[in-house]
Amino acid sequence: MADALTAAYALRLGDDALILSHRLSEWVGHGPELEEDIALANTALDLLGQARLLLACAGEREGRGRDEDALAYGRDVLDFSNLLLVEQPNGDFAQTMMRQFLFDAYAVALWPRLSASRDEVLAGIAGKAAKEAAYHVEQSAAWVVRMGDGTEESHDRAQAGLDLLWPYAGEIFEADEVEAALAEKGIAVAPSALREHWQARVGPVLEEAGLAPPEGAGVRTGGRQGRHSEHLGHLLAEFQFMQRAYPGARW
Amino acid sequence: MYTQGLNQAVEEGGPEDAELLARFQAKIDREEKIEPNDWMPEAYRQTLIRQISQHAHSEIVGMLPEGNWLTRAPSLRRKAILLAKVQDEGGHGLYLYAAAETLGISRAEMVERLLEGRARYSSIFNYPTITWADIGAVGWLVDGAAIMNQIPLCRCSYGPYARAMIRICKEESFHQRQGYEAISRLAEGTAAQKRMAQDALDRWWWPSLMMFGPSDAESPHTARSMRWKIKRFTNDELRQKFVDATVPQARLIGLEPPDPELRYDEESGHWRFGEIDWSEFNEVLAGNGPCNRERMAARRKAHAEGAWVREAATAHARKQRRRTAMAAAAE
Ligand SMILES: [Fe+2]
Ligand SMILES: [Fe+2]
Repeated sequence: MADALTAAYALRLGDDALILSHRLSEWVGHGPELEEDIALANTALDLLGQARLLLACAGEREGRGRDEDALAYGRDVLDFSNLLLVEQPNGDFAQTMMRQFLFDAYAVALWPRLSASRDEVLAGIAGKAAKEAAYHVEQSAAWVVRMGDGTEESHDRAQAGLDLLWPYAGEIFEADEVEAALAEKGIAVAPSALREHWQARVGPVLEEAGLAPPEGAGVRTGGRQGRHSEHLGHLLAEFQFMQRAYPGARW
Repeated sequence: MYTQGLNQAVEEGGPEDAELLARFQAKIDREEKIEPNDWMPEAYRQTLIRQISQHAHSEIVGMLPEGNWLTRAPSLRRKAILLAKVQDEGGHGLYLYAAAETLGISRAEMVERLLEGRARYSSIFNYPTITWADIGAVGWLVDGAAIMNQIPLCRCSYGPYARAMIRICKEESFHQRQGYEAISRLAEGTAAQKRMAQDALDRWWWPSLMMFGPSDAESPHTARSMRWKIKRFTNDELRQKFVDATVPQARLIGLEPPDPELRYDEESGHWRFGEIDWSEFNEVLAGNGPCNRERMAARRKAHAEGAWVREAATAHARKQRRRTAMAAAAE
């Protein structure tokens, strides 16, 4: 049975995981230390696994015969609904880890709550993702502290990453009719309900790291509605190249 | 019985060393493992350091040609398989550096030798991955050749290396099967996919045969390494095993190795192959392969750009220790 709302919701969460996974995969082989290279690949792999389940779920609920690959490789920028945060470029390791931490703090608030969803498929995916996110946030939070507290250079880089990415965090808590309607039915988690948990996670870590969010930075939003930054188009050009160059081929 | 080099080493060390050496060799002959705290001849230690670190470097540099396709994998399933594979290779590097460290060299020192061009890695990773089919070919042929080389190392006389190899070999054979499956899919696909698959085989075939190293006549240390059970088969034996296993796999999916002299010899049961162009091998070894400069530049860049990260981690750990000590003192 087609269920456009659940399809849209699953797609949003799936796109977040897909795009962030892709960004992390750009690092592999080039990390600052072998252990970090492996950890980045591992997180990318977890997120890709989440993305595949969520996109498959979205495709089924949509009822138009699109599978995970059709959704991942067959849409253009306007139809992607990920948060702007996750499509931002890797920059240096500080920027990557700050992006990761701001996202993980959201994921670790979202998934345990979504695992109680009345939609069994979403609840199952969320249960698995909750365990992964708990591990991810431990790692990214540790890096934020290490960098903030470490040397003058690492502190400055971490603060620069925070300054750059902070404006994108507000979008996490925005809701439109999709989340509102589904939250009402106990299927989705209302994003506004996550803000407090996110702040409770982010605040102490930044404080321990000696970092402060920028004042009056404004809020950048639009990703959920397909209004993206310039970066996403370039990411998709690379990511979708094979499917575009060889339409219909099986791999 | 001992080679020239070893006789000299024994003489230099005096009679006590001769006795230690005899005991060492007897242990190896009984198929017992040499462990880090056991006495071992310096040449054994240095041979292993060179071999294990070279192996570790190969795993790390090998992440680059495959990583080249992580962002362009043609399906999410293929992307997940490739990510997992490249992550495994990083893990192999980690175990191998740890195994080499038991011989008294630090990972930092090994990495420095690599970045300064004083240590080698497998020349195979100096070839480019130009199309997606290369990812299949690398898994099938390069991981396939690596397994042929590495399965005997699971019985290597040095314990830590042998144990690392057992774990690594399991994953490598998984990589080989996945690579073969990926290229099989191309071989049964569209004309463009088939072309890609055959082209990849054309480019990777000879370099894969070269992975086994120079022919036996040209490998001076083989006899000693075999006596020490660091090596169990000669380069040519392993190369033949690889060809015998791989030619039928290629033909099964309608691909043909680029060797007009390839023919099956009924009598011996082996596939006979043409002359290997060792001048190409030597050129790549000398740094003139298609990607030598790119690979080393990428490793150096990652290392240089990671310096501040590693410093931050060290500085933070130092501050934490100091804070803990001060807190304890205040109590
Ligand atoms: Fe490996
Ligand atoms: Fe491998």
